[in-house]
Amino acid sequence: MSIEVRNISKRFGNFVALDNISLTVPTGKLIALLGPSGSGKTTLLRIIAGLEQADPDANGQPVGSILFHDEDVARTHVRDRRVGFVFQHYVLFRHMTVFENVAFGLRVLPRKQRPSRTEIADRVHELLRLVQLEGLAGRFPSQLSGGQRQRVALARALAVKPRVLLLDEPFGALDAKVRKELRTWLRRLHDELHITSVFVTHDQDEALEVADEIVIMNQGRIEQVGTPDEVFHHPATEFVMHFLGDVNTFHGRVNQGTIQFSDLELPFPSDRQEINGDARVFVRPYDVTIDTKTNGLPALEAKVVRVHSAGPLVRVELLTKTNQHLTSEISQERFATMNLEVNSTVYVRPRHIRVFASNGTGSR
Amino acid sequence: MAGTITLRKSAAGTPVRLATGESTAVRWLLIGISLTFLTLFLFLPLAAVFVEAFRKGVGAYLQSFNDPAAYAAIRLTLLVTAIALPLNLVFGLAASWAIGKFEFRGKQLLITLIDLPFAVSPVISGLIYVLLYGIHGWFGPWLAERGIQVIFAVPGIVLATIFVTFPFIAREVIPLMQEQGTEEEQAAITLGASGWQTFFRVTLPNVKWAVLYGVILCNARAMGEFGAVSVVSGHIRGKTNTMPLHVEILYNEYNFVAAFAVASLLALLALVTLVLKSLIEWRTRVQHDQEEPA
Repeated sequence: MSIEVRNISKRFGNFVALDNISLTVPTGKLIALLGPSGSGKTTLLRIIAGLEQADPDANGQPVGSILFHDEDVARTHVRDRRVGFVFQHYVLFRHMTVFENVAFGLRVLPRKQRPSRTEIADRVHELLRLVQLEGLAGRFPSQLSGGQRQRVALARALAVKPRVLLLDEPFGALDAKVRKELRTWLRRLHDELHITSVFVTHDQDEALEVADEIVIMNQGRIEQVGTPDEVFHHPATEFVMHFLGDVNTFHGRVNQGTIQFSDLELPFPSDRQEINGDARVFVRPYDVTIDTKTNGLPALEAKVVRVHSAGPLVRVELLTKTNQHLTSEISQERFATMNLEVNSTVYVRPRHIRVFASNGTGSR
Repeated sequence: MAGTITLRKSAAGTPVRLATGESTAVRWLLIGISLTFLTLFLFLPLAAVFVEAFRKGVGAYLQSFNDPAAYAAIRLTLLVTAIALPLNLVFGLAASWAIGKFEFRGKQLLITLIDLPFAVSPVISGLIYVLLYGIHGWFGPWLAERGIQVIFAVPGIVLATIFVTFPFIAREVIPLMQEQGTEEEQAAITLGASGWQTFFRVTLPNVKWAVLYGVILCNARAMGEFGAVSVVSGHIRGKTNTMPLHVEILYNEYNFVAAFAVASLLALLALVTLVLKSLIEWRTRVQHDQEEPA
């Protein structure tokens, strides 16, 4: 069941939540809507679910469509859309047991479609087994941990065999360790069930780790759509580069085939004609190499300000001679060979840079 | 809700004074004042009712209820309550649901109107109905033509009772519904539930204790209402006298034992109401503690 969103806009008063959004979610994929607060991702999710409506045009005529496969559901009521929705704060029915929560969707089916009591019980237990909560059927939500509650919420959403699964920051209310565990678990669940799923998150690690495709949103617009690999290594815009992972920023100039920033001058291929003049240069910390000698290559001279060695990589904070702060990430082995201390002088060289013109157009 | 004083014990077993607590002297002073107040204005009057009712012995007490007028008064009180209570339950729930779960123009006005019966003197509440439905009232001629009597008859008493007891259920349920928000309802409709299903399976169970609390208060007031009912009733013995009105008549005839005997029934009602109230408060607190996030 693919999802296609066409020309959806939404404002709240003067605030533009969504600006003419169009998006396709292929069948069976798990995609992430990633972005900072206010980017419109939750609004978009809720419009797909039917909990919110897209704005009509100036004459009150409906605009845009939401297609589940080829059926336009934009004017279908949420209860008839057959979507599974998982809320950030679980929103389990507090006065019902786990069993009754999961069975709810089946019990409210119209008489004709409603399964028998034994069929409902079978399905509920099957789902509880799937989410690894067998034996907790008689408990109340208040007696469960956060991670357990979220799994019940998921089982509840899956009970009515939804066409599409929508999750609104599903792990946002959980602590870090549980979040990581459930992330992996969700991915495995998706691989087993293959329901077209869309989840909203502001956590880039989560999106990069779990999703088949990521839609990066900012201020009501889509910045980039791509696989985790694509968006991380080939960001289309400055915003994407900034948002995903840490990045060092320099101001520089492009001039006749070279790019100059800080003290460095590097060759810049002349086929990239669209950038000339002021530009911004971005380097990922792991692309900043540190050496105790220049080795004859162009490098920036810098002083070590701080070393964070607790972790899989060593983060070194540097201050260049031109008074620019830099962060570099090097492996533990490399760090061991160099014997760096605060105030040591080192030479840094960027291995791979991305350049965006100061007016926003990108390159490389 | 009645508060409790907890004295923490240190490891050595001596009471530890909390930095934000009051000194023992102040605490006992405040409790003393409250108890004196309660004794003077609540315990003594209640006790007096029973003392006076049994002054001539149990026989005289029971004889008071052998009177057909007393019997009719009790029946009328029960009838009026049996009509007013379910109606106010429906009105109260409908108003609470609209106010708690939806946004609409005039919402604040509706909330103010719901509180109106509390602000208005009961005598005025009764007078309103006389002015509307009495012989010389707005609808007087229209009703007279059709032979319908509202004022100085049971329908008038029912209307007046509904008016003065209307806010009780709504006022208990509205804040709770507002606090609970609409998320569970949203979850229910994503799962395919219709409006009615959502209301009966999700919304209502979540407020059941508040509804019960409101019903108990509504019941107590409906049975005990004097002012408004007195204005519309006409005091026709055996026909339009409720229990409170009957007590007044008995007292004015210097039939003190009978008056206090009937009054003791109302006092009993008050005590039962208090006990039920406390039970519900206790139950709500237990439920609330259970719902604390894990």
